[in-house]
Amino acid sequence: MPEVTYRQALHDTLRDEMLRDENVFLMGEEIGVFEGSYKITAGLLQEFGAKRVRDAPIAEEGFVGAAIGAAMLGLRPVVEIMTINFILLAMDQIINHAAKIHYMFGGQSRVPMVIRTPGGGGQQLAATHSQNPEVWFAHTPGLKVVAPSTPADARGLLKASIRDDDPVLFLENLALYNTKGEVPEDRPDDVLPIGVADVKREGSDITIISYSRMAAVAMHVAEQLASEDGIKAEVIDLRSLRPLDRATIVDSVRKTNRAVVFEEDWRAYGIGAEVAATIQEHAFDHLDAPVRRIAAAEVPLPYAKNMELAALPTGQHLVDAVHATLDASGGVRGNGRSNGSKGQRSASRG
Amino acid sequence: MDGGKEANGHQPAAQGVSGVQTAGQQGGRSRSATATPDQSDVGTDAPPAPGEETRSAQPTAGQGTGQPDRAAGQQTVQGPAQAGGAPPEQPSGNGRKQATREQPAAKSQDAAATAAPGYGAAQDEGAGGGPSGARAAAPAPTDGDEVDGVRASPMARAIAREHGIDLHTIRGSGPAGRIIRADVEASARGDGATAPTRAAAPPASDQPEPAPRRDAAAPDQEVEEIPLSNIRRVTGRRMVESVQSAPHFFLTSVVDVTELVALRKQVNERLQAAGEETISVNDLIVKACALTLRAMPDVNVAFAEDKLLRKSRIHIGIAVAIDNGLIVPVVRDVDQKSVGQVAREARALIERARAGKLTPPDYTGGTFTVSNLGMFGIEHFTAVINTPEAAILAVGAVAAEPVVRDGNVVVRERMRVTLSVDHRALDGATGARFLQRLRGLLESPMRILL
Repeated sequence: MPEVTYRQALHDTLRDEMLRDENVFLMGEEIGVFEGSYKITAGLLQEFGAKRVRDAPIAEEGFVGAAIGAAMLGLRPVVEIMTINFILLAMDQIINHAAKIHYMFGGQSRVPMVIRTPGGGGQQLAATHSQNPEVWFAHTPGLKVVAPSTPADARGLLKASIRDDDPVLFLENLALYNTKGEVPEDRPDDVLPIGVADVKREGSDITIISYSRMAAVAMHVAEQLASEDGIKAEVIDLRSLRPLDRATIVDSVRKTNRAVVFEEDWRAYGIGAEVAATIQEHAFDHLDAPVRRIAAAEVPLPYAKNMELAALPTGQHLVDAVHATLDASGGVRGNGRSNGSKGQRSASRG
Repeated sequence: MDGGKEANGHQPAAQGVSGVQTAGQQGGRSRSATATPDQSDVGTDAPPAPGEETRSAQPTAGQGTGQPDRAAGQQTVQGPAQAGGAPPEQPSGNGRKQATREQPAAKSQDAAATAAPGYGAAQDEGAGGGPSGARAAAPAPTDGDEVDGVRASPMARAIAREHGIDLHTIRGSGPAGRIIRADVEASARGDGATAPTRAAAPPASDQPEPAPRRDAAAPDQEVEEIPLSNIRRVTGRRMVESVQSAPHFFLTSVVDVTELVALRKQVNERLQAAGEETISVNDLIVKACALTLRAMPDVNVAFAEDKLLRKSRIHIGIAVAIDNGLIVPVVRDVDQKSVGQVAREARALIERARAGKLTPPDYTGGTFTVSNLGMFGIEHFTAVINTPEAAILAVGAVAAEPVVRDGNVVVRERMRVTLSVDHRALDGATGARFLQRLRGLLESPMRILL
């Protein structure tokens, strides 16, 4: 399999989908002539023309609304919001229209649109341009929210999002665009299902639940924990925030009895809060330690580099949290008895 | 220590962990490339003052007033309130009060963090995080894993339940002595760092060495905890109330029901021939009680501390055993209804009671209760009064018995009925007259049908 960047995977997938279905078109600020602020749409204007790669004015509410209308009438718009911070201007269109039209008008019209947008901090873009407000969308019935962390997942989920008949918020991350990973060649079947988490790494000692950029960080942390401390951490990449794949989370925690959620959004009322609630609802009797959440500090992200880094969650935080959780619950388990006990417990569940 | 706290702990970011952090350097060019006046704050060095810029003003919009975000336009009104550096999410008036109230919580937070790492280090969302905003600590929740004086993880509790292990007997190795999975599993194997079990430890306190551990795999007693159903709980509470508050006395009478049984047989034959539902002995008794109460309204009363409440209508409850307890559906205005109608209503109520489909109006408001264990062959028993009613009739089984009549021994169908009476409301003589009159009715049963 070829190794490509997350950026390239997005670009290639957009192109493949535009070739596959002529109803797919792109709209957003600076995506045509300028080829996109992050170059995701490079070359697409030339290839597909101005009808299918439409430069929009700086008027998020307007062009998101236009995309909703286009979607209702049968097209499949893929809107780029330059960064998720600017999506605030289009909130009414997204929350009150895109998410609800199918419900409020008796199913007469679906809204098959995608909004692609990167979140994330760490780029010294200051507080208004460094946010992770994906939970606002994940909170809203009628929307789907995906947040892939690898180029391959980005490809599979972007395909799924474009082909889905509901509005999908496709969350990218500024710091993921240059990351590389293997991506399968274009195949008809490389569409990933929305709403299915991925166990990116199997382990028996503790479950780390994450998504988007933090899932990538979590994978590095898990490798480090394994090689340095012999800790077998299971890493779940949620990939889809709504619908949330609760079964995968719960099954894992029932196996490991311990969990840490690793997220880049603010901690209060965040994605991790939903994950932790899910765990206690469905795996309460399997918890051997409180679920911990590692998230951003509860401040608007500072501009100064050192301050910004101090406010963001890091791999070291995750390392510390894993150790603290394990220390509080008997540490790494030997193979023999814990396996036996696990088998017994899962059998009794069935 | 919880990661949340450490997220403020100023660790350098992700060194040696990820190449991810440094990726995406292209990030900055976006807005400068776009460079429209209203979005060009990328290059601004100063941290944004809340409420200053239209976009960032959104969090402050309508604070505390429930106004929708359109209120963001009222920056000039909101501005002064922000000037003092109050966190954007905190209305200034309210904020002062909160700060005062939460002072103790802030002080205790370190202690809480030690005892309960899962909570104590919570980042306080109440801070709002304005650049100059002071942190107002939210009160730390109390630790949730201590139940019945035992601190244990849910996993540990589940395993202990499975193995019938008393958590009080285990020493926890987790934070603040929390019992964790490993502790319970060690105890189940009998090799852990566990304290001697209470069950096995001799009560003598001078026993110097630890008593032998109980073998958890073979407990000498298995106790299943059965949570009380709602109806079990209510029944239990009401029975205690009744026997504690109402001084009961009991009057038993032997009733000759030979004629009643014969009459019922005759009536039922006709009902069956007509394809109608039959009546039971109990229906006749219920109806007879109602007629007796109509004749003796002083018995149709409830004791209410400083007064008696005499009820004008006669609603008779029928005690019904159901799967998980006892319930007493009530047939209303029994004295006004034919035995056939009473029978139909009673049958319907009993069926619904057994199906668990009674609603409160079906089992409240009774003025007298009949409890019948005759179908179990019980000759005689006493019943607990269904307070605030003043009396309850306990009906035994009908049996053929030898009886002396006019100097001859004859066989008669007889049953025993026992009236339990609340002595606060009624005296022995009243109760006796009630039973006498009731017996008269049951022994001349045509009067019941009239």
